[in-house]
Amino acid sequence: MWVLSGIAVMVLGFVLRFNPLLVVVAAAAVTGLAAGLDLHAIVSAFGKAFNDTRYVSVVWIVLPVIGLLEAHGLQERARALIAGLKGATTGRLLTGYLVIRQLSSALGLTSVAGHAQTVRPLVAPMAEAAAERQKDLSEDEREQVKAMSAATDNIGLFFGEDIFIAIGSILLMVGFLEQQGIVLTPFQLSVWAIPTAIAAFLVHGFRLWRLDRRLAAKEPFQ
Amino acid sequence: MIGLPFVYSLAGLAFLAFAVLSLRDASNPKRWGNGAFWGLLALSMLAGDRLGDFANGLLVLALVAIAGTGQLGRGSGGTSAGVRSERAAHHGNRLFLLALVIPATALAGTFGFEHVPGLVNPKQVTLVSLSLGALLALAIGLAWLRPHPAAPLQEGRRLMDSVGWAAILPQMLASLGAVFALAGVGNVVGQLMSSVIPDDSLIGAVIAFTLGMALFTMIMGNAFAAFPVMAAAIAVPVLIRQYGGDPAVVCAIGMLAGFCGTLMTPMAANFNVVPAALLELKDRNVVVRAQVGTALPLLAVNTLLIWWFAF
Repeated sequence: MWVLSGIAVMVLGFVLRFNPLLVVVAAAAVTGLAAGLDLHAIVSAFGKAFNDTRYVSVVWIVLPVIGLLEAHGLQERARALIAGLKGATTGRLLTGYLVIRQLSSALGLTSVAGHAQTVRPLVAPMAEAAAERQKDLSEDEREQVKAMSAATDNIGLFFGEDIFIAIGSILLMVGFLEQQGIVLTPFQLSVWAIPTAIAAFLVHGFRLWRLDRRLAAKEPFQ
Repeated sequence: MIGLPFVYSLAGLAFLAFAVLSLRDASNPKRWGNGAFWGLLALSMLAGDRLGDFANGLLVLALVAIAGTGQLGRGSGGTSAGVRSERAAHHGNRLFLLALVIPATALAGTFGFEHVPGLVNPKQVTLVSLSLGALLALAIGLAWLRPHPAAPLQEGRRLMDSVGWAAILPQMLASLGAVFALAGVGNVVGQLMSSVIPDDSLIGAVIAFTLGMALFTMIMGNAFAAFPVMAAAIAVPVLIRQYGGDPAVVCAIGMLAGFCGTLMTPMAANFNVVPAALLELKDRNVVVRAQVGTALPLLAVNTLLIWWFAF
């Protein structure tokens, strides 16, 4: 039971708003000590895992290109393009992006879009420009439109990628089930990601439609 | 074969450039902190495999010490809004073409390298293609826009500083998951969950599984870590063996119930916290809050889908 104390540290640390990096290290130390590991072993285990997961941080290599483009007006251009399009609304724009993100993820193309690659330079400024045409935005509403852009990217990715047969989570399930004596092909699993993908499009699309309604009615949103 | 070592070297060089440029940024009162932080990350990317586990652990502790004591800052400067608008008007929509070079190369590489066996490690082809896309876009950008040669790295460094410590949070959380696994956290949670399943209630067991997937994913920040635990505790013994559920439906949709949890937790930092930093939002939990309204109905849908289709 004591090994769960690390989870308590995580929750408490996030609630009390300590620096998350400190919270993670504290949780690792507490968990390791509760499991009877010494400090040297905990530091080594953490170091090994950190080294093995470096691919998570590779995405930052796109920043020089994004920075160069932004210095040459990419965000301004994205805003101007949307401002000149008749009928472009935040909801329609993000719904379109949702479809593209779900379809491309379903083809296994999970890294072609993302927060650094597409949301910050293109999607968020476009959504913001469309919202500005619909309504005068308060500071909070501007944040919400940007947050919704990031949310749409995540939802498109999560509920598209499992339709692809060679994605990590599908392979994980195939491997796990094989150990349990249940043999399935990746395709048998990935086909069952389709109903949820459709539901995700309907639920999130409905929320985006409601966002448009509130923008059009010039109501403040929560 | 080209694979992760190539990608890591490239990332290491980028972080090294960020470190050097940070040190030279006189407008940042905490430039030593920034320089050391990105420098250590460069060391990890370039030489992590040669450092050994314990030294890598110390490197992490140093990174955390720098960030945790507030030694990371941001400089001023950058291109003014006026100049950016002027340049935007001058370059026009061709800027989008350049922005699309990265995804287009990632796309072409992912499919194209398949036909050239032995050149690129097939398991890492997308990351390699993404890196090549970044290089190609950079080359075209330098030739077309003719900025100062250091400008891309300088602009990249500026963006990197605005992300700050959040840049390594995803990697830190992934590492924490490994320590949890070593300590057997998953087994304990699995035992707890299997003791709370209601007897003789199919829908009760399905709800315990999907809710358990979502909650444990929220704690671990990752449905991959939650799946083996919850599947071993509930899905296989109860839903599949006791009630005869279709394993493909139970597992595939159960994993997606976990993804609903990913949408609702700051522990999934790369999806929920990093974009808040990248979009320069004041509240780092605003993305999570924007997602709850989609995640909760979808969790209910997933629960019903398993109940309908698996039995």
